[in-house]
Amino acid sequence: MKKVFKRLFAIVLSTVIATGIPLCAFAEDPATGEISYTYNLDYWGDVQDSPDFYTVCKVFTSSDLGLEVKLKNPEGLFVSGDLLYLCDTGNNRIIEIKRISSEKLEVVRIIDSFKGADNNTFSGPTDIAISEDGNFFIADKGNARVLKLDPDFNFLLEFVKPVDNTLDPKLTFQPSKLAVDTAERVYCIATGINKGLIKYEPDGTFSGFVGATKVTFDFMDYLWKKFATQAQRAQMESFVPTEYDNIYMDHEGFVYACTGAVTREDLRADKADAIRKINLMGNDIMVRNGEWPIYGDIHMGSGGGYEGPSYFSDVTVFPNDIFVCLDRNRGRCFGYDDQGHLVFAFGGNGNMDGYFRRPVAIEHFDHDLLVLDTLDCAITVFVPTHFGGLVYNAIEEFDEGRYIESGKAWEEVMKLNGNYDLAYIGIGRSLLRQERYKEAMDYFEVKYDDENYSKAFKQYRKEWVEEHIVIIVIVLIALFLIPMGIGKIKSIKHEIDIADIDWEKS
Amino acid sequence: MITALTRKETWNRYFDSLKFALYIMTHPLDGFWDLTHEKRGTYAAANTILILTIMARLMRLRFTSFIFVQVYWEEVNIFLYIGSILFPLALWVIGNWALTTLFDGKGRLGQVYMATCYGLAPYPIIQFPLMIFSNFVTVEEGQFYSVLSVISLIYCAVWIVVGMGQIHEFSAGKNLLFTVASLFAMLVMIFILMIFFSMVSQGVFYIISLVREFLFRL
Repeated sequence: MKKVFKRLFAIVLSTVIATGIPLCAFAEDPATGEISYTYNLDYWGDVQDSPDFYTVCKVFTSSDLGLEVKLKNPEGLFVSGDLLYLCDTGNNRIIEIKRISSEKLEVVRIIDSFKGADNNTFSGPTDIAISEDGNFFIADKGNARVLKLDPDFNFLLEFVKPVDNTLDPKLTFQPSKLAVDTAERVYCIATGINKGLIKYEPDGTFSGFVGATKVTFDFMDYLWKKFATQAQRAQMESFVPTEYDNIYMDHEGFVYACTGAVTREDLRADKADAIRKINLMGNDIMVRNGEWPIYGDIHMGSGGGYEGPSYFSDVTVFPNDIFVCLDRNRGRCFGYDDQGHLVFAFGGNGNMDGYFRRPVAIEHFDHDLLVLDTLDCAITVFVPTHFGGLVYNAIEEFDEGRYIESGKAWEEVMKLNGNYDLAYIGIGRSLLRQERYKEAMDYFEVKYDDENYSKAFKQYRKEWVEEHIVIIVIVLIALFLIPMGIGKIKSIKHEIDIADIDWEKS
Repeated sequence: MITALTRKETWNRYFDSLKFALYIMTHPLDGFWDLTHEKRGTYAAANTILILTIMARLMRLRFTSFIFVQVYWEEVNIFLYIGSILFPLALWVIGNWALTTLFDGKGRLGQVYMATCYGLAPYPIIQFPLMIFSNFVTVEEGQFYSVLSVISLIYCAVWIVVGMGQIHEFSAGKNLLFTVASLFAMLVMIFILMIFFSMVSQGVFYIISLVREFLFRL
């Protein structure tokens, strides 16, 4: 009920914005009129300014990397150990880059061919993944195949268009993004195939589609279709699942799949998911406990070069289960924790460092973020600020069970940003673990965290009752005895009053 | 006036009529009949119940646990909030009276108001304890709160409808029919009010622009 009310509130608010009433969706500095680079959403969905969570360390262009041939429409990034692989799609090559430090990347080798196959060059490679054994998996989009190469770039296998009766025979197979699990099973997205992820067994056989997006339709739409003519029906949107745009295999083997081809209405009505966490069965196991749904900006007002909902084009997952979604439409990065709370949001469209024109891929080294922009042909390296580092520290300490340290880190965070809801809840959770229930309750109440408040309150109530059991019993007995006593006295009085005692006789 | 207030009988009658609201809560048919026909109710008591209802409604915002009621304080306008109770009440009273008076309704305008206010009595009586109760429960036990809260509203609605039937001396069927008709009358009144206000604002703008035009030509 609460959620419904809040969604409604958000819709009303955004329609107000959409209809052109000058009510800015983003927190503006009243002095300079500048929009805060990093922000967060509070309980009410209001945008709250935040100190920077990530800051640009360096932007690497072709010349910074020392490449003779300039990058052309690069589309894929993959990190393995301290090596970064960049798919230079327009130049049909893959570039291996070594990370020396956050501000220093060095090209190791440029791979534009391999050994052991007839067609030994790439044609528009869009993505690369590396298995635990060091084998390369490359989505060779133009050649309609996914390649499996050994660490020395010898051909091992190729995965071709799946043999499936439901697929259109005329459709050309265009694998665009892929992920590999520990057993070298390949999960692949191909343009024009919307049945979910294409799953191949390690020996190259196609084993099925997993995790198709949910298909929804209105009953009204259905009725319209019933009565429409053939021609009209062809004009209408068909109820088909949307294609995924990108996938990422996290350290636990779950596939994060994001899609941007969803409408604002479907997102608002909870009919479509911008991002899903898919397990081996193909089910969505994303935890959505945050106050706001996971689809980037909840205020989608247009203006200032921004229009429409966020379009998630890539995602990366840190070992602490925080996942960062890259928004191609609004040029932003959104970080969410494992419960689906928004941890940070930053970025924007533009040409300055830290702003993007068409970001397509995101990866991470430790806590650094690397964002690839396909129009700028540049990799932007972000490093966490002191504030960001503290938040990560607090979350990681908590996950490791060091609750007191976590609480202290959250207090530091709160000193830097008093509008950060997660800090209050973090301190509360730390206090809750330390069995300081009353204090924890205060922190939860400030940020309307009813679930955690209830947990703390339950314990507090139990403690209180145990401590005051004597008083409670006395009060209860008194409640029984006093009315009884009064009744007794009254009846005695009454009897005395009506007693017909003849004093004179005795 | 002041002499009346100092007299003990005035106060006794006021408290008796206020206590009568409790009787009505358990005996709606008898209670509402006696309210007007036996003159057991007073306007003072009706007003008191109305004020208590509004207070319950307002205090709920502040004193209910945040688990059940979250208030975006920046947006709260206390006068609008009070108006959101008084305005529908006024519409209901006037709409009901205007309709029933044409169809053999025995109740007068004041009596309709009095009965409606007496019908609201369950709301503060349930809501005030509920407000205190809400601060001693967790989310899991929150169902009690929600259920009781809904009960208090249904209680009021049923009692008001029953009250109207007794005031106007209607049969059950006719009563229900006129309840629906009154709700419809409320909509019509809102519609007319909206037309009225937009007409007035149009008229005012017309005069303003006329005066402006004159000032330009002078």
